[in-house]
Amino acid sequence: MAKRIEVSGLNVYYGDFKAVEDVSMTIEPRSVTAFIGPSGCGKSTYLRTLNRMHEVLPGARVEGKVVLDEQDLYAPGIDPVAVRRVVGMVFQRPNPFPTMSIFDNVASGLKLNGVKDKKKLTEVVERSLHGANLWNEVKDRLEKPGAGLSGGQQQRLCIARAIAVEPEVILMDEPCSALDPISTLAIEDLIEKLKDKFTVVIVTHNMQQAARVSDQTAFFNLAATGKPGRLIEMGATKQIFSNPTEKATEDYITGRFG
Amino acid sequence: MTTLAANKPAYDGTTLDLTGKSGGRAFRNTLATVLIILCFLIALVPLLWILWTVISKGYNLLLDGSWWSESQRGITVRRVGGGAYHAIMGTLIMSLICAVIAVPIAIFGAVYLVEYGKGTRAAKVVSFMIDILTGVPSIVAALFIYAVWITILGLNRVGFAVSLALVLLMLPVVLRSTEEMLKLVPDELREASYALGVPKWKTILKVVVPTAFGGIVTGVMLGLARVMGETAPLLILVGYSKNINLNPFDGFMGALPTMINQDRTELALQPAADRVWAAALTLILLVMLLNILARLVARFSTIKSK
Repeated sequence: MAKRIEVSGLNVYYGDFKAVEDVSMTIEPRSVTAFIGPSGCGKSTYLRTLNRMHEVLPGARVEGKVVLDEQDLYAPGIDPVAVRRVVGMVFQRPNPFPTMSIFDNVASGLKLNGVKDKKKLTEVVERSLHGANLWNEVKDRLEKPGAGLSGGQQQRLCIARAIAVEPEVILMDEPCSALDPISTLAIEDLIEKLKDKFTVVIVTHNMQQAARVSDQTAFFNLAATGKPGRLIEMGATKQIFSNPTEKATEDYITGRFG
Repeated sequence: MTTLAANKPAYDGTTLDLTGKSGGRAFRNTLATVLIILCFLIALVPLLWILWTVISKGYNLLLDGSWWSESQRGITVRRVGGGAYHAIMGTLIMSLICAVIAVPIAIFGAVYLVEYGKGTRAAKVVSFMIDILTGVPSIVAALFIYAVWITILGLNRVGFAVSLALVLLMLPVVLRSTEEMLKLVPDELREASYALGVPKWKTILKVVVPTAFGGIVTGVMLGLARVMGETAPLLILVGYSKNINLNPFDGFMGALPTMINQDRTELALQPAADRVWAAALTLILLVMLLNILARLVARFSTIKSK
């Protein structure tokens, strides 16, 4: 489990608009990598290219290489559906399936891919809910709808759903931005735990959060509105926050930005 | 800062008047409220009037068991008796065949428009055609089927031909409402499903359609309610029969709208008039019953919240 991702020369487009330009980076396995940067700098867009989710939008396309386990995810013949089974994702707003119970939400990835074995499903659901630190809160009401949980619980349910299919990598797109501080703390604890088994990549607006949870930090920025976003600097989180090489990074993390 | 503070006038000892609306605004508010309630009541009048008339004049025959089990065979307009079984079954058979054909086409069409064709030329053409179809009067749909079924194919006037004409009327209603319902399903759910490695077709089948299911059922009911009351296709494509005929591929068939039309010609005669009202009430009840049924189906097929 847990794989290294090597990105080189990645350009991301929405139609004719170039949203992200020339990103190259290495994301280490069994670690947490955080993407920080101002709004609109393309960090979420870039994140979505790592599991080929970007291309579900009409007109969206990608140039460059994303190599996972020695395979280029954008090589011809690669099935985006297969990529997404290996690279899971948690979204900004909790999005449990409203028609499904808590159990079915967690089991959905397996069920929708044809697993019917009840015993296996029960096992996976319990393990995933434990893994998402949610088991104790929901174990007595697994048959209740997932949409009835609180926002923080819903987000952990979505994490449980993502880890139930046992991906190598988990992408998180601002997973705490819709949550209160207590729920945020619960998710951050969880991220710490997830990196034992998975490669975790998280986009966050919250620099304290990046400093708290990540091992590596990448700072994205854009020259001006309408210009593509670029990777400015990437390195160990400690180094980025204490002694960044680039002036722009320092300005951003010290709040002198813009 | 200091200049601002300096410019701020000292407290002058008076209090702000926060007590009431100005007279003009209060008056306009009352006027608008009265107008809105009045419009609502005016809209309600014909509805209640129709319901009251139909129920009070029609309920009597419905209490008789023979209404639900016998046909009008051998009953002349002057005679009391017989029932509407032939017409009820005719209406049900023709509309259900119509639904069986129209609903899948409508749902697949809507799925295409929302999930696959978005923004493409084909989708725009389909969408435009559906808009045109929505505006086609029932008699035009009936004449079109007449031209195909009877003039070109040389077949007889039968119940199935009516069903085909009804399909043309039901399709746009169901397609449009299904389309709206699918559009309401947030993209986040689709992405959540994709992110689990679920293929698009399965996402649509297991996530998108179930989420929109209640709304889709409502759309189907609206479509059914529309076609059950259609009269023109019945008049043109199948003759009215007073006998029980459950075969949509052979012979004339009774239906509630044509039964009403039949007895309406002798409205001065009490037995015929009674049957007109009773048949009208039966039609309303039928539509209502199907509606309730569909709502129950929708409720029990989706998971209860809380």
